[in-house]
Amino acid sequence: MKVCVPGISGKLGRLLAERLLEQGHEVIGIDKRPFKDAPKELLARIEMHEVDIRKRAAEDVFRRVRPQAVIHMATVTHLVVRSEERYRINLGGTRAVFDHAKTYGVEHVVFVGRHTYYGAAADSPLYHSEDEPPMALQHFPELADLVAADLFAGTMLWRHPALVTSVLRMVYTLGPTGHGTLGTFLRGPRVPTLFGYDPLFQFMHEDDVVKALIATLDERPRGVFNVAGPPPVPLSTIIRETGRTEMKLPEVVFRGALGRFGLPRLPAGALEHIKYSVTVDDAAFRAATGFAPDVDERTAMHAYAAAFPVQSR
Amino acid sequence: MLPVDPAVRDRIERLEIPFNAFGIDPYGASKKEMGVFFSMLKLMYEKYFSVEAHGLHHVPPRGRVMLVGNHSGGVALDGAMVIASMFLEMDPPRLAQGMVEKFINKMPFGSQWSTRCGQLTGLPEHAERLLRDDRMLMVFPEGARGTAKLFKERYTLVQFGTGFVRLAMRTKTPIVPFAFLGGGEAVPTIANAYTLGKMLGVPYVPITPWGVALPLPAKLEVHYTAPMLFEGTGSEEDDVVFGYVERVKSRIAETMELGRRRRKGES
Repeated sequence: MKVCVPGISGKLGRLLAERLLEQGHEVIGIDKRPFKDAPKELLARIEMHEVDIRKRAAEDVFRRVRPQAVIHMATVTHLVVRSEERYRINLGGTRAVFDHAKTYGVEHVVFVGRHTYYGAAADSPLYHSEDEPPMALQHFPELADLVAADLFAGTMLWRHPALVTSVLRMVYTLGPTGHGTLGTFLRGPRVPTLFGYDPLFQFMHEDDVVKALIATLDERPRGVFNVAGPPPVPLSTIIRETGRTEMKLPEVVFRGALGRFGLPRLPAGALEHIKYSVTVDDAAFRAATGFAPDVDERTAMHAYAAAFPVQSR
Repeated sequence: MLPVDPAVRDRIERLEIPFNAFGIDPYGASKKEMGVFFSMLKLMYEKYFSVEAHGLHHVPPRGRVMLVGNHSGGVALDGAMVIASMFLEMDPPRLAQGMVEKFINKMPFGSQWSTRCGQLTGLPEHAERLLRDDRMLMVFPEGARGTAKLFKERYTLVQFGTGFVRLAMRTKTPIVPFAFLGGGEAVPTIANAYTLGKMLGVPYVPITPWGVALPLPAKLEVHYTAPMLFEGTGSEEDDVVFGYVERVKSRIAETMELGRRRRKGES
């Protein structure tokens, strides 16, 4: 099958491309960033287009190649792009993917979204199900474009029913590539947390992320699905098991210290995500695809720790 | 950290709950924190209040069940002692999981300690999920109105919500009604300070003759009664559900009344 992957040049893109080739698929990559992570042998086996998904040249790829399936990974978080541009990438890009899919006869589009869609708040339940609306967006406007892209992708289910749309809300990734929001948050030797709060975090190893995407491609489930790996773990345990030191700060101090003293820069709303848990119920996805994670929570944390050891000074 | 009672440690190991390799269950309840929490509760349960639990044979040893009872005492003493009785007196021990007032989750340590001890924020989603997971849910249908009862009202019940009966019907869960006695004597509330509560971010602050709501070592009792199972879907008309709520409520009221008479020396 011809599988087009917008946003292939990320760390997950390489793992996904390798697995797709192993499964005998043709891989067509679209990304305005050069595919730096890919070794030459891999690049030789995929059709790579260094173009912006929103530009004419990307549409030409769809017209010429006529992919049967698209795995849309070209969305970015506030950690990667901190400007207005993020809005255009996430919404304009997602719109372009679905427009081209419709026009050029794609059968199946997989939208790779995030479980942070549900938001974190004191009164939000553990284990969100797919029919819940997003919460607490007013505290974290930096998430609004991703939430909008997720909901927009979901409208394809009724606006273009001939196309099979799978909207995936995937939990954090944790593994040796260090990819993702959680991996970035844990990078330094000291990880700041809020004194008196220790939320549950759900994450999956990047091999399992790829496995879940392949399962989605194979089973073509129609609808919106939460995707998770092993059961959640408290943030303090993640910090300990990845060899980091937890730095517990009272909330006022934390807000003042963000971006200084070697602490990560985070938008104010991100604080809610280290105060309260965002966990999802993935029963529907498991039932629809037969997916089960291979890597347990301890192995994923240790794999991250081995790839990003804390430098002793 | 406080020392953990060896008997408590042993009971935690015997809880029939899927803990992961880090001793954490899927809802965030942790063996480590529960060790501290239950050691503290055990002292209060056995030494300070010397709680008496009756009718434990009515409580199913496993499977989904809803413990439904009256509030007694201006602070969450009643809930804590019911949790303690299920943990210390059942064989195998059971973890009763309560629905915590939302304001607790907003306070530092409030959310951390409540979830680590298996006590989740009071949300319908949590209640339903726990029951479908065959857990033991503890419900006080009087809500915060019930803990606000004054000393003179200590053997009365305020209005019951109906959500618990609908949920029990929808999930086919047996209800074990219980009566809790003595909380009103332990924390004899003469008034509730609502304005002070608002300033502190809590619903109200109970005022006792000695000022703060530090409980006296009054004799506490909890009486579990025979399970009640209501057939249906949970979407029945209000008057049907009200009837069931009334049956639970009157069972609790009768058990409270028997206890009150006995405590006063009447027969």
